[in-house]
Amino acid sequence: MTGAPPIVEMTGISISFPGVKALDAVDFRLFPGEVHTLMGENGAGKSTLIKALTGVYKIDEGRILVAGEERHFGGTADAQAAGIATVYQEVNLCANLSIGENVMLGHEVRGPFGINWKATHRAAAEVLATLGLEQLDLRRPLDTLSLAIQQLVAISRAMVTRPKVLILDEPTSSLDANEVANLFTVIRRLRDQGVAILFVTHFLDQVYAISDRITVLRNGGFVGEYPTRELDRTTLISKMIGKDFATLRSLGSERQSHHYEPRGEPLLRTEDLGRKGSSEPTDLELHKGEVLGLAGLLGSGRTELARLLYGADKPDSGTVWLRGKKTDIHSPTAALAHRIAFSSENRRDEGVIRDLTVRENLVLAVQAKRGWFRPLSRKEQDALVRKYLTELNVRPADPERPIKLLSGGNQQKVLLGRWLATEPDLLILDEPTRGIDVGAKAEIQAAVAALAAKGVAVVFISSELEEVVRLSDRIIVMKDHRKLAELENGPHVTAETIVAVIADEGDDEEGDSE
Amino acid sequence: MTDVASRLAAKRGAIVRNQAFWGVVAIVLLLAINVISDPGYLSIGYNSETGHLSGNLIDILRASAPILMIAVGMCLVVATGGIDLSVGSIMVVAGAVSMELLSSMDGTTGDAVLTLAVALGIATALGAVNGVLVSVVGLQPFISTLVMMLAGRGIAKVITGGQNTTADNDSFAWLANGYIVGVPVVFLLAIVIVVLVALLVRRSALGLMLEAIGMDSRASRLAGVKRRNLQLTVYSASGLLAGIAGVFATASVMTVDVSRTGYQLELDAILAVVIGGTSLAGGKFSIGGAVIGGLLIATLDKTVVFLGIPASATPAFKAIVIVVLCLLQSERVRSLFRHRRALRAQSQKEAVAA
Amino acid sequence: MTVTTRPPTGSAPGPAPSRRSLADRLGARLSALPTVAALLIFVGMIIYGEAAYGRIVQFSTLSNLLVNNSHLIILAVGLTFVILTGGIDLSVGAVIAFSSVAGVMLANAGWHPAAAVLVMVLIGSALGLVSGVLIQYFGVQPFIATLATMFLARGLASMLSTVPERLADDSSIRELATQLKIIDGDKVNDLVITPGVVAAVVIVVLGFLVLHRTRFGRTVYAIGGSEQSATLMGLPVPATKLGIYVISGTLAGIAAVVYTSRLGSAQNITGIGWELDAIAAVVIGGTLLTGGTGFVLGSVVGALVLGLMNVLITRDGGIRPEMTTIITGGILLVFVILQRVLAARRRAEQQG
Repeated sequence: MTGAPPIVEMTGISISFPGVKALDAVDFRLFPGEVHTLMGENGAGKSTLIKALTGVYKIDEGRILVAGEERHFGGTADAQAAGIATVYQEVNLCANLSIGENVMLGHEVRGPFGINWKATHRAAAEVLATLGLEQLDLRRPLDTLSLAIQQLVAISRAMVTRPKVLILDEPTSSLDANEVANLFTVIRRLRDQGVAILFVTHFLDQVYAISDRITVLRNGGFVGEYPTRELDRTTLISKMIGKDFATLRSLGSERQSHHYEPRGEPLLRTEDLGRKGSSEPTDLELHKGEVLGLAGLLGSGRTELARLLYGADKPDSGTVWLRGKKTDIHSPTAALAHRIAFSSENRRDEGVIRDLTVRENLVLAVQAKRGWFRPLSRKEQDALVRKYLTELNVRPADPERPIKLLSGGNQQKVLLGRWLATEPDLLILDEPTRGIDVGAKAEIQAAVAALAAKGVAVVFISSELEEVVRLSDRIIVMKDHRKLAELENGPHVTAETIVAVIADEGDDEEGDSE
Repeated sequence: MTDVASRLAAKRGAIVRNQAFWGVVAIVLLLAINVISDPGYLSIGYNSETGHLSGNLIDILRASAPILMIAVGMCLVVATGGIDLSVGSIMVVAGAVSMELLSSMDGTTGDAVLTLAVALGIATALGAVNGVLVSVVGLQPFISTLVMMLAGRGIAKVITGGQNTTADNDSFAWLANGYIVGVPVVFLLAIVIVVLVALLVRRSALGLMLEAIGMDSRASRLAGVKRRNLQLTVYSASGLLAGIAGVFATASVMTVDVSRTGYQLELDAILAVVIGGTSLAGGKFSIGGAVIGGLLIATLDKTVVFLGIPASATPAFKAIVIVVLCLLQSERVRSLFRHRRALRAQSQKEAVAA
Repeated sequence: MTVTTRPPTGSAPGPAPSRRSLADRLGARLSALPTVAALLIFVGMIIYGEAAYGRIVQFSTLSNLLVNNSHLIILAVGLTFVILTGGIDLSVGAVIAFSSVAGVMLANAGWHPAAAVLVMVLIGSALGLVSGVLIQYFGVQPFIATLATMFLARGLASMLSTVPERLADDSSIRELATQLKIIDGDKVNDLVITPGVVAAVVIVVLGFLVLHRTRFGRTVYAIGGSEQSATLMGLPVPATKLGIYVISGTLAGIAAVVYTSRLGSAQNITGIGWELDAIAAVVIGGTLLTGGTGFVLGSVVGALVLGLMNVLITRDGGIRPEMTTIITGGILLVFVILQRVLAARRRAEQQG
């Protein structure tokens, strides 16, 4: 492998955006027949490097060689012509078209009378078969498929051109374990066929399961390139972040010993709360000062349940008692009025409003709660903003900066500030730490712990089971849109406990495992 | 020293990037053209007998009043990411209602007040129908207001029986033709209304809410912003303002022309909003910009007539204004200018070095 | 409490039934339902017209419907392309005015008719190109860019002439409207077509083929689905977007030829509001204004619905002419609400 010349060689790549140097003299090599992982925190420059290689961004400095030939990409089409195919984190397909049409878009088989649909569908079926997806119906419209399957369709589409280089930019972030295993089988097969694969992920297990070589970036700079077997996890993490790791460890142990004993009337109680097709009728109880973890894989129904609690989706069955009173929470507005706040997992589309400033984003929910005719004075706004920017350590602490210019972690902190500013009694956090760097993650976890200590009830949802275990007093395990079990947290509970519950489904439906 | 210079440069950059600035430049240019063709163009006469000011500028102000009304309403609608194609038709409905009512009354001030209330009430109701179609039924603003645009003109024709109704009422006519301290009432009213709307929007949190909806309706819903109420409010407001515009437009001649009153004025209003730097995609909006846009359109209309060009050719000049302003806004053209400036700076440096 | 364990819809790539389920097939068809509904309503209108007024289902009425609306059909085909990408073209009515006034004046000035016709079509293409360049290369929103083109075309037409320009009686451009008898019925009840109708039919067929049988057409749908995705997929988005505005402009030019040859004259106020008729036809035919879904054939039905409505109103005689626009608006409203209901039903089906 080391003998063969690299298929891609990028040297001294620099890219600047107004005010930021996104990439600074980064080197990157990719060999045929290897899986190469690009690692780094958010904002490290991974996406930028990939976009440079796929022709989305123009490079300011440096050279890109593909198969030994210097290339200047003017757009994605140029990169594709050079044999580089990409699958992005967000599925970039057309929801209005069918699976087959999406796979073959731009590569349709043409005959004397235009596109030959029969042959085109045949070709699409062949590609799907190589990925083990032959059971998919080519004529099914894409918008009727789950995100996970859409992602697999996107990968199929990338393989249509038989690329020499396949870039997978966090393709696993929405796949469950089964689907990841499926995907890895395909990746290995492609690697053995000599395809060079560039793989980006946040999941360390996956890195060690699949990759041959790792390149680490930090703050737009090049840290190093290492064979995977020569780099253990701790070293890798310290290369990526350095210091914040210890902070995270200490927080975990402190919280787990916290043990909360619920007393008196629950703040919130639901009976048979559900919605057809998204959430089976569910009972739950939540006390003041308690952190309730919702654990389960993506698609287990945890997000759907959270949305019902907030009125983001309307429940069609069940009853909610809030502070002992029967309450109808039919809209976010109503929820906020009842001092319930909800931070969506979808930060980009349902969280920040990109073109508004940090200040405007932060005061939005409070202002909406008061109604537009009772505006917060500038002084009140400034006080709120100053308070939360300091408390949550938002960087840069410039209230007038458009929020889109902040890193993901800092956007998430501003959002947390938005909900805290409404002074909620119940705060629902759906994946508040996904896709943000470890430093911000630790700060958000600390903020959650502090809130619970102040008496706020928190519903905490995360794909990282360790995180759920670390923070929660009680954990509800979910699968297939229903509650599987409820666990009292304690020293004996670990991520493995939850995995065992999920794997062992159906044996004890409601029992508290003690 | 260099700090001050760079700050000044930054400020200049901000002004030049501000599209409303180019609107002002365009107005000045048009006035300059008029002055060249007639040096006395800008002179304002004073009639000592009536105490009225007169002159071309006064005419422009008077003509701009209806456009200002619908442009301000449109601006609010556009901020939410919507569009209101029906303002011209609502104008004619308000005009038709006014003229029909007045023609059957005696001509007292009380009649005028009653008529005004009914006409504006109906206009607001039509706007509210748009609002319901958009916010409750969930239709696209373009289609909802297109329906109202088609139906509105029909409704006006039904109200007048297809006639161009004429009426007499001095109080009503005063709204459009009267003067207060020499200035046309209609322009004063328009300015007062614009200022009231601007204060309401910017002093309350309405502006922030509208922008939030226009930028990201899902995120703002989860933040508790009441999209339905706000949309209902802005479409109703747009209807009300269009009604006022319709009263202004018909009161000046005390006749409603069912096929021409307000005809295609929705396009002028949209144009005014865009000239003022508000994007049709929604989000950040500028009422001041919309006012400048409205004034520019009124100036352009009057200039074309003043220069003796057939009025039907006016659209071509509007096209030129749109294209030029849009090109000035365009990233591509901007970067071209930046590039040339950089080259010039470089060649100057080289010249100094040599 | 009964807990039904049902496989999560499409969340795992596990074995799926090889035959498509009923819901799937319904889902695939639902996007065509508004078009089918438009067709049904068209047929319904014919039946109602025949029952209420008579003399609707006969050769002369039906062929007149086609002859009188061929220009609108042509416009609607062009608008379908534009709207499928999520754009809009407000300029087509004004383009017709400029193109036909210019064409008639050139023909009367002694130009060869073929040359005049060619210029008429090319004027459309050129104005479409202007819109396309503004949109694609200068980032102007389609609404504003085509509004500019609309104003430009209308203004230019008015500069050429503000009075009706009559085509010379012996001009061979008029021959493009010659009525060719296909079936000679009794009295005046003949099935006739004109070269204009033939042009419209050819354009509809070509439009259908381009949209469904070429990569250009697939790119049009892809852009309507998600322009960003289409770009990242490496599809030729800029060229396609430019192309659809040129197509729309060109078809407006052809519509100008068809209309002018039939009317024999042209005026600067010709075609005011026709862009709205064409948009209404496209929407009634089931194409979503947000882009991505729709059919050329639907737009044809939409245009015919509007045309037939006018015929019925004339036949009725009791409906006052000022009601026409109210009825048009009402029909449009009914159709979009129908589409809205279908879309909601479809979403519910996906979740359930």
